[in-house]
Amino acid sequence: MERKIRVLVAKPGLDGHDRGAKVIARALRDAGMEVIYTGLQQTPEMIVEAALQEDVDVIGLSILSGAHMTLLPKVTRLLKEQGMDDVLVVAGGIISDEDAATLKAQHGIAAVFGPGSSTHEIVKFIREKAGVARD
Amino acid sequence: MDPSSLIPRLQDGDRRALARAITIVETGGPPARALLAAAYPHAGAAHLVGITGPPGAGKSTLVTALAQEWRRRGVRVGIIAVDPTSPYSGGAVLGDRIRMQALGGDPGVFIRSMASRGRLGGLARATADAAVLLDAARFQVVLIETVGAGQGEVDIARAARTTVVVEVPGMGDDVQSIKAGMLEVADLFVVNKADREGADKTVRQLRAMLHLAPHAPGAWEPPVLTAVATAGQGADAIVDAVARHAAHLEARGVAGAHAHAAAERELAAAVQELALERARGPAWEDLVARVAARERDPYGAAEELLRAAGI
Repeated sequence: MERKIRVLVAKPGLDGHDRGAKVIARALRDAGMEVIYTGLQQTPEMIVEAALQEDVDVIGLSILSGAHMTLLPKVTRLLKEQGMDDVLVVAGGIISDEDAATLKAQHGIAAVFGPGSSTHEIVKFIREKAGVARD
Repeated sequence: MDPSSLIPRLQDGDRRALARAITIVETGGPPARALLAAAYPHAGAAHLVGITGPPGAGKSTLVTALAQEWRRRGVRVGIIAVDPTSPYSGGAVLGDRIRMQALGGDPGVFIRSMASRGRLGGLARATADAAVLLDAARFQVVLIETVGAGQGEVDIARAARTTVVVEVPGMGDDVQSIKAGMLEVADLFVVNKADREGADKTVRQLRAMLHLAPHAPGAWEPPVLTAVATAGQGADAIVDAVARHAAHLEARGVAGAHAHAAAERELAAAVQELALERARGPAWEDLVARVAARERDPYGAAEELLRAAGI
C-alpha cells in the first residue's frame, strides 16, 4: 500500500477560532490525506510531541492571535532539537507579509497562507513538498 | 532511518523510532513484515484492551481517564485510536487526540491515531501489528479505541484480550449494542455519562439482557459498570475489573486458548495477504477484465492464478 501523506493540523496559542483550521483539515482529507486534528490552545511542546508520535509529514499551524513571531519559531526550533527538521511546516492565519517573509527566511516555515488563500493552492503545495526530505 | 535498527531503538524507549516503525507496518508490504518478524519475539507481555461503542459515547474521554488511572498505578499505556477513512477521498480526519490532551507530556503514554483505510488484510490486522510494536516498546497496557459500528470494529474488539463496550443512557428504548453484535464480544460494559437521566435504566437493561444469555458454569460474567469519564469518575473500578478479567483468563487457562485463536486469525490474514500479492502477476489485469465481461467466473480465475503462482 502506498504511504499516505499525514498532516497534523494544530492551533498554537490562545485564540479560540478554529473555523479556518477545520476547513483546511477537511480540504486535506478530501484530497486523500490523513489529518490529525489536535484542537485549540496547543503549546509548541504539545504540537511537536503529537507530530512525533503520529509520524507526520506535515504540520499545519493556524494562528490568529498575533503571537506567531513567538510561537511558530518555537515549534520549528523544537522540531530541530528532536531531529525532525524533515517535517514540512506551513502556517495560516493573520500574518503580515513582513512577518511571513521573516518566518520563511529565518525560522523554517515553508509557506504562509493568509486569508483568501484557496484550499486548492494549499493542497497542491503540500502534495509537492510533503515527505520529499524523508526516507 | 534504517528499519532494522528500529526495533532495538524502540525497545530502548526511542519514541521516534516507535512512531516510524508504526508507519512502516501501517503501510504494509515486505518492509512491514521484516519489522514485525523482528518485533514479535519481544512482544506478548502487554494486555490488549479494546474499547468500542457508538459514536458520541465518550470513548476517547474514557480512554483518557483509564490511561490516567493506569499511570497512577505505574503502568505504561499505549493507545491506538482508530477513526474511519472517507470512502470517497481515501482521506481521514482523526480527532481523538483532542480529548486526550491531559495525557500530553507523559513519557509513559504513547498515542497513535489510525485511519481505517480500505485495508485488504483488515483493520484488525493493522491495529494488531501496531500493538505488537507498542508491546515490544514495553507498554504494559495497549488500548485500542474504535467506533463500534460494524464487523471490522467487532473484529478489533475480538483481537483484544479484554473488550470494553461503552454505552450511554438515552440512546432509545432498546440497547443499540445488541444490533451491532457487541453483547457477545463484551467482557465489560461501561455506561458512560452516568450522571445523565436514564443511566439506571440502561444499566438495568444491560444486566437483564446479560442474564438472558446462555451461561456456562465458571465462565466470566461481564460486569456492568458506570462512569462519568469527563470527571474521571469510575475509572478505578473499570481498571480493577480489567485486572480481574485478566486474572480470570489466566486462572481458567483460557488465556492460552485466546492466544491460539488470535494467532489463527493473524496467520489466516497473513496467508491471504501474501497469496494475493503473489497472485497479482502479469495475468491479473487481463483476468479482472474477463471476469468483468462475465467470460470467466471469479473462482475459476482465482484457481488459475494460484496455480500459476505455485500455491
